[in-house]
Amino acid sequence: MDTIKIEGSPKTPAVFFDAVAGHLEIKGRSIPENSIEFYKPLVDWLDAYASTAKPVTNVNVQLEYFNTSSSKCILDVFKKLESIHNGGSSQITINWHYEQDDEDMLEAGEDYQAIINVPFKMVEIEEE
Amino acid sequence: MLDIFDFYDKMERNNIMLSFKGNITSELLTSILQIMESKLSNMDETPAVKKKVYNVLVECLQNLYHHTDEMASQDPVQDENLSKRSAIFMIGKMDDQYRIITGNYMLKENIGILKGKIDHVNSLDKEQLKAYYKEVLNNGSMSAKGGGGLGIIDIARKSGQKLDYDFMEVNDIYSFFTLNINIANNKN
Repeated sequence: MDTIKIEGSPKTPAVFFDAVAGHLEIKGRSIPENSIEFYKPLVDWLDAYASTAKPVTNVNVQLEYFNTSSSKCILDVFKKLESIHNGGSSQITINWHYEQDDEDMLEAGEDYQAIINVPFKMVEIEEE
Repeated sequence: MLDIFDFYDKMERNNIMLSFKGNITSELLTSILQIMESKLSNMDETPAVKKKVYNVLVECLQNLYHHTDEMASQDPVQDENLSKRSAIFMIGKMDDQYRIITGNYMLKENIGILKGKIDHVNSLDKEQLKAYYKEVLNNGSMSAKGGGGLGIIDIARKSGQKLDYDFMEVNDIYSFFTLNINIANNKN
């Protein structure tokens, strides 16, 4: 299946979904006014990935900012991952990155961790 | 004649960093956010405070954007004297806190729902807000715009303070809604 490669913009994150490597990455900022438009293709891609998933899938989420409009869409992405994980076709880990001292971002990751039944790893990154 | 010095003086005394009145478009938000990001990067604050201010700013501005958009489409009277797509926004910095103020027209009939939402959010403590956020995130239905009613909860969570608001009657149909958010710049 096709790889998704989207460059980051001032309001949307860079996305790299590689089905062959089982590697998914969302990085940057996610603050568009209309998030559904941006995230729908990602959720659709995951639907297709479910049937061809690698035994192990690594998901890296490294967001600097995200708005509440995106938070719902990110949950939708995680819910798809949860259903793939629970279906047994791939062992998924979500690596949630947050900058040192960014307690709000850590807490946001913990909120998702509490809702989604997929192993989360909280990864602290050094400030630039 | 418009007293521009009076404007200037008021803004100066309130330490306004940026102020805007007019139609809220997506392009405008991109510009405002860019300006504020560069202004904040020059401020002597911890990265955590800068992020908090930026985050709350995004939510406040996007609330205005979605609201004024909805307002223009629902408007029962095409009253040329009231530009309902228009709103006002200000951000300033007083000694120990940042202040974000937004103002926009709204239909009186919609006040009850919004007031109920804000009052509910204001009645919750930190842990209850966190639980409420997760509940709405997980169960709340998403509006076509994708907001899903999380904005107000997120603003209250990130600012860590009660939301100060006011509805001022304009005429039989409209009120002017003001939201005043304070964000402490000290770590506590």
